[in-house]
Amino acid sequence: MSDTLVRPSAEAADKSRAARLLGQALRSREIAVFAVLVLLLVVATIANPRFLVGSDGWRDLLVTPSILLLLAVGQTAVIITRNVDLSVGSTVGLTAYAVGKIFVEFPGIPVVVVFVIGALIGAVLGLINGALVAFGRVPALVVTLGTMYIYRGVFLEWAGSDRINAGDLPGRFLSLGTKQVLTIPVLTIIALVVLAVVGFYLRSMRSGREFYAIGSDPAAARLYGLPVTRRVLGAFILCGALAGLAGVFYAARYGTVSSGAGRNLELESVAAAVIGGVAIFGGTGTVWGAGIGAFLLVTIDRVLPLLGISDFWQRAVVGALIIAAVALDRVLSLRRERQLKQARDEARNAS
Amino acid sequence: MKLHTRRIASLASVTLIAGLGLAACGDDSGSGSDSGGSGDSASITMLPKNLGNPYFDASTTGAETAAGEFGGELEEVGPETATPDSQVSFINTAAQQGVDSLIVSANDPTAICDALNEARDAGVKVVTFDSDTDTECRDIFVNQADAAGIAKAQVDLIAEQIGDKGKIAILSAAANATNQNAWIKLMEEDLAANHPNIELVDTVYGDDDDQKSFDQTSALLSRNPDLAGIVSPTTVGIAAAARYLSSSEYKGKVALTGLGTPDQMRAYIKDGTVTEFALWNPTDLGYLSAYVANALASEEITGEEGDTFEAGDLGEYTVGADGEVLLGEPFVFNAENIDDFSF
Repeated sequence: MSDTLVRPSAEAADKSRAARLLGQALRSREIAVFAVLVLLLVVATIANPRFLVGSDGWRDLLVTPSILLLLAVGQTAVIITRNVDLSVGSTVGLTAYAVGKIFVEFPGIPVVVVFVIGALIGAVLGLINGALVAFGRVPALVVTLGTMYIYRGVFLEWAGSDRINAGDLPGRFLSLGTKQVLTIPVLTIIALVVLAVVGFYLRSMRSGREFYAIGSDPAAARLYGLPVTRRVLGAFILCGALAGLAGVFYAARYGTVSSGAGRNLELESVAAAVIGGVAIFGGTGTVWGAGIGAFLLVTIDRVLPLLGISDFWQRAVVGALIIAAVALDRVLSLRRERQLKQARDEARNAS
Repeated sequence: MKLHTRRIASLASVTLIAGLGLAACGDDSGSGSDSGGSGDSASITMLPKNLGNPYFDASTTGAETAAGEFGGELEEVGPETATPDSQVSFINTAAQQGVDSLIVSANDPTAICDALNEARDAGVKVVTFDSDTDTECRDIFVNQADAAGIAKAQVDLIAEQIGDKGKIAILSAAANATNQNAWIKLMEEDLAANHPNIELVDTVYGDDDDQKSFDQTSALLSRNPDLAGIVSPTTVGIAAAARYLSSSEYKGKVALTGLGTPDQMRAYIKDGTVTEFALWNPTDLGYLSAYVANALASEEITGEEGDTFEAGDLGEYTVGADGEVLLGEPFVFNAENIDDFSF
């Protein structure tokens, strides 16, 4: 997203290499958000060294964002196609509870199988969303708002006042919530692998690039003969499957699943994507940005209380970040538009 | 134009599906009762908030034990979901059957009032337990615990676990939760008056959300690494804090207590994260409620303040102001007794 059609003018060529690099870095949303994250970590560590160096501190720093990271990746794939999935929070809750029930019924079931089942349940729920959006041609906002309530309703009906307790889950599953390999938590490793795979797919595979084309102009994509229906369906299935996986993570990490599990996660996943530079109207943004956005959101939630900032301000800061991210997008796109116009005019005058 | 109508059609179908879903939720069936009628022994109908709830299963077990002791007939009925209006039909049925007394845990303090008063006009004595109605709709409310008792039990537990000195923090529910705030205020007063060496350094709010309570515990500990103990006067909070502690470097170093349920806390009692926590005992609550119902039915008491009666193993009770009977001190759960409970 950083290359433009602007021809380097004589002025620009004079600029030092460092200034150009800095300019590029500022234009790259991923790096900008990452810089904010690093700054936040530095401040938090100065305020309280245990935040980073304590054995719990390091682990929590990495493992806490893993659930939102998965959701942000799925959400990004959907948003890029100019859709949105508001049902992911309900999907997380429903699969987390299903995972608990599976362990109650079949205590000896291998953990890997449970991960696969969780992802499959999510994929089916995502397929329902995708089918309604792709075939019914109903706006995704409306469809997934509806399924958000329906999935939550099914969950409430199923769970009632019952809940999954840590005692219902086997120790080998719960220990995954804190297990570390070379000090990196296992859940974080899985989430990062997912991020890398989806990131590669969207960036380098032909079908992945079609997601962007569809989001930039759905009508043109259709006219051009791109398989719009199949890609949109694919995006929703991916998003659902990752939400299902996030549900398994939730059960392993928190150990208790009641009917409120996963509430509000859908909005946080959209927020993470937007902060990470994914345009809400589709067509631009990367899962890398969304992933860093997810890390930033979760870490802010943990750092602000550490600095003694009250609950209300924590939410306000997140809101300000979202608005700042959108405003930055707007400023940058206006500037680029101006530069392009200028380049065009210069080209005209020259000829 | 064609696209337009299709869109409306699909919207309509979504609405329809949603409507069907809602209709399915409204279905509240439950077990009806057909025995009844007053004989020599007191006939009592027990109406919890909903069936299939382990907490109320425990209270019904207690009530059945009591009925066995005084030779009464006890029957449990109830809705499947704890919605405000779902109890009305069960109250009407009990009134028509002419049972001697009705024990109810109200899903709503006012919604079932009319039905209860009709039943009382028909001669049914009404006892509420666990969750009260407005005072004019029942004869006696069996209160599981009062604020002072709950606050004192928690302060005593934490003081004992940390050797009566050190820094403690509170992990509460929402910042505006009435119950929790009342308890916290009483705990602060108790600490100031009776435990000068314990310092309350922080109060954080987990909003009764597992995830938030868990993350707040993590923040609390990194902010106060020299913390001696945490008190969480909410069942969600204490379970989340226990889960965090059980997998952290603070396990066994930071004491944790508060109000929890045995099912949620069993794993953490067994692995040594938590030694003792408190809650009222729902079995005792049901037991006492059945004795109250029997005393009312046999006209041993009328529900006036100062009436006294015997409640089997629990001893003698006196009716307090507003027709309330207080169960007593909260019950303390630990490794020895936790397996006796399932709720």
